[in-house]
Amino acid sequence: MLLPKIITKVQDKFPSVTLDTTQFAGEDIIHIQGSYNLDVLKLFRDNGFNFLADITAIDNLTLGGFERFAVVYHLLSHETAERVTIKAYVPEDQPELPSAESLWKTADWQEREIYDLFGISFKGHPNLIRIMNPDDFQGHPLRKDYPRLGRKERDDFPVVKRGINKEAAQ
Amino acid sequence: MQPDDIKSNILTTTLESAVNWGRKHSLWPMPFGTACCGIEFMAVLAARTDIARFGAEAIRFSPRQSDLLIVAGRISIKMMPVLIRIYEQMPEPKWVIAMGACASTGGVFDTYSVIQGVDKFIPVDVYVPGCPPRPEGVVEGLIKLQKLVETEKFSDYSTTRGK
Amino acid sequence: MVQGADQPMDTERMVLNFGPQHPSTHGTLRIIMELEGETVIKGTPEIGYLHSGFEKLGEYLDYNQYITITDRMNYLSPLCNNVAYALTAEKLMGLEVSKRTEYIRVLMCELSRIADHILNVGMLAVDLGALTAFLYGFQLREDIYDLFEIATGTRLTTSYTLVGGLMRDIPDKFDEAVIKVLDNVDVVARDIETLLNKNRIWQDRTKDIGIISKEDAISYGLSGPMARASGIDWDIRVQEPYSRYEEFDFDVAIALNGDVFDRYLVRMEEMRQSVKICRQALDKMPAGDVMVDPDLGFSLPPKDEVYNSIEGLIYHFEITMRNRGMTPPIGEAYVATESPNGELGFYIVSDGGRVPYRVRTRPPSLMNYSIFPKLIEGHMLSDAPAIIGSTNVIAGELDR
Ligand code: SF4
Repeated sequence: MLLPKIITKVQDKFPSVTLDTTQFAGEDIIHIQGSYNLDVLKLFRDNGFNFLADITAIDNLTLGGFERFAVVYHLLSHETAERVTIKAYVPEDQPELPSAESLWKTADWQEREIYDLFGISFKGHPNLIRIMNPDDFQGHPLRKDYPRLGRKERDDFPVVKRGINKEAAQ
Repeated sequence: MQPDDIKSNILTTTLESAVNWGRKHSLWPMPFGTACCGIEFMAVLAARTDIARFGAEAIRFSPRQSDLLIVAGRISIKMMPVLIRIYEQMPEPKWVIAMGACASTGGVFDTYSVIQGVDKFIPVDVYVPGCPPRPEGVVEGLIKLQKLVETEKFSDYSTTRGK
Repeated sequence: MVQGADQPMDTERMVLNFGPQHPSTHGTLRIIMELEGETVIKGTPEIGYLHSGFEKLGEYLDYNQYITITDRMNYLSPLCNNVAYALTAEKLMGLEVSKRTEYIRVLMCELSRIADHILNVGMLAVDLGALTAFLYGFQLREDIYDLFEIATGTRLTTSYTLVGGLMRDIPDKFDEAVIKVLDNVDVVARDIETLLNKNRIWQDRTKDIGIISKEDAISYGLSGPMARASGIDWDIRVQEPYSRYEEFDFDVAIALNGDVFDRYLVRMEEMRQSVKICRQALDKMPAGDVMVDPDLGFSLPPKDEVYNSIEGLIYHFEITMRNRGMTPPIGEAYVATESPNGELGFYIVSDGGRVPYRVRTRPPSLMNYSIFPKLIEGHMLSDAPAIIGSTNVIAGELDR
């Protein structure tokens, strides 16, 4: 079991960065401050958690949490088959945190996805542009204040008429 | 040539119906398969359903060589300009089948990024319901379309065709 | 001798747009490639052409409703998605499903795996110009579709699981039908291998193409057959067993070179292992219910009870009504499962309401595809379909 040791290590090394450690359904969750995510991630990576399974984000608008946004890292150790969840909190007025692309290449596309859907930017990312939505899309659809039906993006295309002679058809 | 030979060798018809008869039995589909319906469309092509029986097996992936656009799958806001472009590149006369709930109405995806039915922006001739439609359903749609092709009028081509 | 034939040909750098509507892009992928002659200098994939807001939708549909949406995510093996989502929701709610449920889920997942791999191998062959393998394979896939239809009622969008169990039990004599298909899998797999394995063209076009090293595989987050073809001994079914996979005896297929050919071999072998698992599941199939105890308040009643008895109807209302319904505790759960493509994970955050607060899918396709720019570099243009085909990108899952 690697995990308990590393968690104590994190708590010792970065006491002010670790906001809380919780458990739910057998999963360990570590809550940290967003701007220090690289230090913590690096410590995990160097201690056996070699695989970044997933990065995602949560908009805590109505859920409540330390800050408005949480970027969630799911790490896995191929050695001991343990998993851990790291939640890095970023504030609403400055949604920015360092990019993990330098540690794992897989962060590249996933951070772009978070940037696109949540509007959280990543410092040091090589190519931070929209990935899912068109480049001219406005807003960030997975934020809780974005309506599910969108803001008329889906109705905004030219209508093509039947037939060759389009003027006559109208 | 004997008069009897003339009787058994010459057929009178209108040019319109002769041409429509030819078109009807040689529709060249361009499958615009994006999602799960695209997989079912593969099943339509494969051995069991085999739309070659209806003369529509000449799949062309170039819009310029085909006259039937089969929209199979959900169309996102990023994809819609592509679909419009492809529709416009097809030569007349052309027909469109909207295969599946998504292409017809948006289906279960009532979200910001899915077009709620391609018929909002391009003309659709036949809708095949289902999520996904069974291959037999697609064949049924094709037969419906063939009936439609049969009734085409040349005079309509310059204006609102097939209304 | 033709004049100038001894001199190297002048080529200009050219930018080629590949897709999104191109047969070998599997629907909706687009790649912008910079070419020097026929060599690809740089390939930049552009994705998102099938982005349909799955995760937004998840915040508006309740736990059982969302299962229908998960089908439409990975349409080559929808049952695996159903199972992965149900497992996550069950973990969140702390439910324990019956042994029979788990065995049926395993059986269905493995059948899906066969259906996925056979189509993938077939499509890869089509992209490289060999149609026969596809047609043979699709015949088998149709047979598996028939099995799904017998058990679930539909061919593709199955929605077979519910939170806490299954929609219905498998019918009588289902095992006989399955065994008939399983026997056929071996025959078809052998046929395909006879056609392809020693085929000179096939070997030339797949060997040493798109090699992935072990380090890259980890750094890019690859999983499933892609990672195993690069020599990573990692299969969630073995290392972190779920749904009682630990009770089955099977081997993990691993290859060492990490090229397109090896990924093909791994898939073929996994099919055989899946057959083995299916047979064991049928042999050892325990008796019992396929739904958790209704008193817990988490299970939908069987449909015939709903339609034929007033109690069933009332109970159904209780579960599905807006202000009642099943409510998990506040919390979050992540469950990783081994889908045919790799680690398929669902991450659900609950705020205690009847709809999830956030549903995230960890799509194996996204990670597996993200290594593509690195793989295509320096290869010929004609290798692009081979590499895409071997990554088995499924657009619905990639873009969600
Ligand atoms: S109609 Fe159903 S099966 Fe077809 S693309 Fe839409 S969701 Fe998929």
